[in-house]
Amino acid sequence: MAKRVGMEVALAVAEAVGQCNIDMAAVYPITPQSHIGEHLSDLVADGKIDAEFVTVESEHSAISAIIGASGTGARVYTATSSQGLMLMHEILPIASAMRLPLVMGIANRAVSGPLNILNDHSDIMPQRDSGWISIFVENGQEAIDVSIQAFKIAEHKDVNLPVCVNIDGFQLTHMVEPVEFPDQELVDKFLPPRVPFASLHPSNPVTMGAFAMSDYFTEILKAKDEALKNSKKTILAVWDEWAKMFGRTYKPVETYKADGAEILLLTMGSMGETAEIAIDELRAKGMAVGLVKLRLWRPFPFAEIKEVLKKAKKVLVTDRAVSFGGPGGPVCGEIKAALYNEAERPAIYSYIIGLGGRDVTVGDFTSMIDKVNREEVNTDTYEFLGVRE
Amino acid sequence: MTKKSGPAGWQEITTGCVVLRSGSASEYHTGTWRSQRPVWNDQKCIKCGICYIFCPEGCVSQTEDGYFKANLDYCKGCGICAHECWPRAIAMVEEG
Repeated sequence: MAKRVGMEVALAVAEAVGQCNIDMAAVYPITPQSHIGEHLSDLVADGKIDAEFVTVESEHSAISAIIGASGTGARVYTATSSQGLMLMHEILPIASAMRLPLVMGIANRAVSGPLNILNDHSDIMPQRDSGWISIFVENGQEAIDVSIQAFKIAEHKDVNLPVCVNIDGFQLTHMVEPVEFPDQELVDKFLPPRVPFASLHPSNPVTMGAFAMSDYFTEILKAKDEALKNSKKTILAVWDEWAKMFGRTYKPVETYKADGAEILLLTMGSMGETAEIAIDELRAKGMAVGLVKLRLWRPFPFAEIKEVLKKAKKVLVTDRAVSFGGPGGPVCGEIKAALYNEAERPAIYSYIIGLGGRDVTVGDFTSMIDKVNREEVNTDTYEFLGVRE
Repeated sequence: MTKKSGPAGWQEITTGCVVLRSGSASEYHTGTWRSQRPVWNDQKCIKCGICYIFCPEGCVSQTEDGYFKANLDYCKGCGICAHECWPRAIAMVEEG
């Protein structure tokens, strides 16, 4: 039987990774990720899992070390947050170009400055174009499930790409939640040992990360783009298999009371649960509102997002990061782009919310929807929720 | 440019651009980048081997009679050998 316990989500993520038969992990501590690395280190030190835990001197080294280990065919993991992810930035596109199946947990946190340790999505957004599969989770159970699924997706023969699991810092990582760990036997069945497409071994030398000039560079990047787009098929198949084995379903775009909704609210990450309560309140008052939760950030689920959004009259997109001097919110910019060629498309309203850990309440969601409903905000600009004038 | 036998289109790129055959870098003749080439004057050469030591390409080798020469398939014409050669036995000569 699956074990149901109350546990801090960061520790639960480490436990879940410990169920995945990893060979090696390298993690550098940073708030609010540290509990993942600390607990994983405990699991190794206590002999509960047979893996190497490399105590590196920075996040740049952590990502580089797992790339090297992955090149030998090992199953590898790292976790980070905010400035740590920014320090890894240089290496991220190299990992995806080398098609190495890494798994990284990100405890999403605001990027400095000013220095701030609390949650928003400004750390993952600058990594958008690094060629990683990027998945957002909403609660502790999803953090466990997706952390396990990520290895299967990353290592699949049709994928071979790094995967990051976005877990809102503090809001999720530091919550004690009731969670269920899948049976080890079933995890082993779901996640067989990795079969690398190539590996570094003295008896059969290969070159990884070779130099390429303008004569091949375009073809190589085209191949990488196709690989990332093509990974969606495997992601869907893995989620299908997970649903059959463990009974919990995952979709690239999740909806809540979206059928027949004239106004749709869109969130990413842990705020989806608060937003659901707001939708319940407004539905009870007779408003035709619904919620769309974007789970799969890369590869971007164009077909699924169009299908869900195009029937609505108005869509309110919330962003937890700012593209300064640009379209406002990076998520909203992408949603607008996805719908541009549709003959019938909703009016799109952009709100930037919850920066640097600022709380977004049920009342905030209902008042945003109310303003959109009364057309008190424009579609050609974006609003910073609750900003003091 | 050197004629290379690589993938024609993006679909032929190996996963992760991994080069599955070892030693294939030697097929890339970087000597085509050269605009000047080193010419040794064996009358001045004292066989000290400093050109061999300093060559960043590793393309300078010693001949049976103890003098030195560059493999022009790989020599990029950087001139470091000529710069380091203190008996001034190496001259950089324009190609073409």
